[in-house]
Amino acid sequence: MSSEPTSLHSWGRYPVTDAVVHVPRSAQDIQYLLQHTDASATGFSGIARGFGRSYGDSALASHIVHTRLLDHFLEFGADTGVLTCAAGVSLDTILHHFTPRGWFLPVVPGTRYVSVGGAIASDVHGKNHHIDGTFGQHLQSLRLLLASGEVVNCSAVENSILFHATCGGMGLTGVILDASIVLRRIPGSAVMQRTLRTQNLQEVIEKFEANVATTYSVAWLDCLANGSALGRSLLFLGEHAADGHYQAPRSGGISVPFSTPSFLLNRYSIGAFNALYHKRPINSEREQRIEAGNYFFPLDSIAHWNRLYGKRGFLQYQFVVPDESAHAAISRVLSTSSAAGKGSFLSVLKKFGPGNDNLLSFPIQGYTLAMDFKWEKSLLPMLDELDRIVLDHGGRLYLAKDARMSEDVFRRSYPRWEEFAQLRTQLGADKAFNSLQSRRLGF
Amino acid sequence: MLKNILVVGANSAIAKSVSRLYAEEHCRLYLLARNEEELALQKQDLLIRGASEVDYSVFDVNNFSLHDAIVDQVLDSLGSIDLAILCHGSLPDQALCAENFDAALKEFNTNALSVISLLTSLANHMSIQRCGCIAVITSVAGDRGRQSNYIYGAAKGMVSLYLQGLRGRLHPSGIHVVDIRPGFVDTPMTHTFKKGALWASPEQVAECIVNGIRKKKHTIYAPWFWRVIMMIVCSVPEVIFKRLKF
Repeated sequence: MSSEPTSLHSWGRYPVTDAVVHVPRSAQDIQYLLQHTDASATGFSGIARGFGRSYGDSALASHIVHTRLLDHFLEFGADTGVLTCAAGVSLDTILHHFTPRGWFLPVVPGTRYVSVGGAIASDVHGKNHHIDGTFGQHLQSLRLLLASGEVVNCSAVENSILFHATCGGMGLTGVILDASIVLRRIPGSAVMQRTLRTQNLQEVIEKFEANVATTYSVAWLDCLANGSALGRSLLFLGEHAADGHYQAPRSGGISVPFSTPSFLLNRYSIGAFNALYHKRPINSEREQRIEAGNYFFPLDSIAHWNRLYGKRGFLQYQFVVPDESAHAAISRVLSTSSAAGKGSFLSVLKKFGPGNDNLLSFPIQGYTLAMDFKWEKSLLPMLDELDRIVLDHGGRLYLAKDARMSEDVFRRSYPRWEEFAQLRTQLGADKAFNSLQSRRLGF
Repeated sequence: MLKNILVVGANSAIAKSVSRLYAEEHCRLYLLARNEEELALQKQDLLIRGASEVDYSVFDVNNFSLHDAIVDQVLDSLGSIDLAILCHGSLPDQALCAENFDAALKEFNTNALSVISLLTSLANHMSIQRCGCIAVITSVAGDRGRQSNYIYGAAKGMVSLYLQGLRGRLHPSGIHVVDIRPGFVDTPMTHTFKKGALWASPEQVAECIVNGIRKKKHTIYAPWFWRVIMMIVCSVPEVIFKRLKF
């Protein structure tokens, strides 16, 4: 079941660590692992991992419980749409089987190549967060394997504290075995999209507010534009087409076969791409029909796009700030990164609805901006600077993207961390379940 | 179009992926494997994925005396077999088998003789049907004996030769025989190996298998590039080959 340590990284390809990867076939295998690992006699210490699509170090540890063989559908209620499946099932597999039957996942993140366990642990959000909240808010229940080996049912009513700690809990409460997700009936799988061009940050925020009733909304933002054009964007609004056609997102597209030299992505190439993209001809009056795969997962059509950032990888910086300080905070973040000469090839802006009861979930009512920066030494001090801006404005960073936040920044921005830490101690999870991230953040 | 499918060694990673593809085509599946818990899980999974019916029995391929009875049991359940796919196997400890014949015999039983025993029974039943397909997962290792892996290679090679003969024998009865030769596949069986560029996932291999069976191929290299690699491997003169450690 286990092997020699192999070198492992997540989607950002930074950091890289050596890990022993265990691939259990069943809950019993994990129970056995918890009781019988490690020569040091301190017992098992590691973290569950699915497709490794978190960006930083949250799914990295010296021991990995890989969920790829826990990939069975367990039950489906054709009347209720409640799907129970093991944690290693990917969202892609779910969409592949259920979209043609008229069902869709209530929340999908920007890639469909994530596991159900990972989607719960990161409590992922999608383009409909302002209306539908996070992935965890659409779970009927989940089963969690604790450090003691015991398996418990958790839901908003049963073991609710554990449930709210596990959704968004980065795998630090136990190993998620399976979950029941409430799928949603859709009138058609394609999306009718409207694209609005905005000239600056103020305008895109106003347009987000004016379109809060639209199910899906997300903006691409030109991070290198400055002066009066700071924050100019294209806002994409979408609703499911009501044409009764159902097509699962298809795989295929192109693949990046190897790491490209990272100097190809520099402020000039990024600036030119962003400027051209913003100017591309659009007709904001006309709706465009777009297949679900292309609307929800445009980057999935370029396999291994993370290799474009070169061997040393990249960091994604995603923060959220409350509505009232959104304009000020995002302006400062953009001008600071632009002044430092650091561009992000893709920057994505999104309005969030209210936060939820989960202890470590990322979203709060406000605006979130995600930016990709290729790894370079000079990046880290700038990101520290951005942290200060985000904290000053009452915001926080997304744990699923993070690879470098300090313990202090984490504690100041996630006020329920102490409650979470106490629960971990009570469950013995503090000894058994740790990632490089959890150690860095002081758990 | 295939309808009734028997999968032997159904809990193996490749078999699981193959069954899933056939489930999507609404086939009826009969699964044979050792671990009942995993069989029950698979049954539920395959039904949700679209299989029209799934049955299973707990079965150890090394119990040769039960082979006739199990084939009868499968036929009772499925009525007829459109495709029998044999996926079971084990990866021998070459060093142990080189020194210990009992260990080697065990591997030959699992990887070769059990297949031949099952095929004897299946061929006799299926030739009465006068249609259907028999597919067996062998290995590229059976194409040429290598010092690092010749017990496994010899067992798989024996099955490949057997299949060639069987193909001819069953051709007049309308039964198609397929030899599936995967290269390196990332499965629990090979978990301890270091993985490189030549490794394929069980899902990729399963797709090669299902496509190859549909196209009535005789020998499927999965993925395809193994055909080229093995052509090169087989063309190396023995004088040189015997000195190669791989």
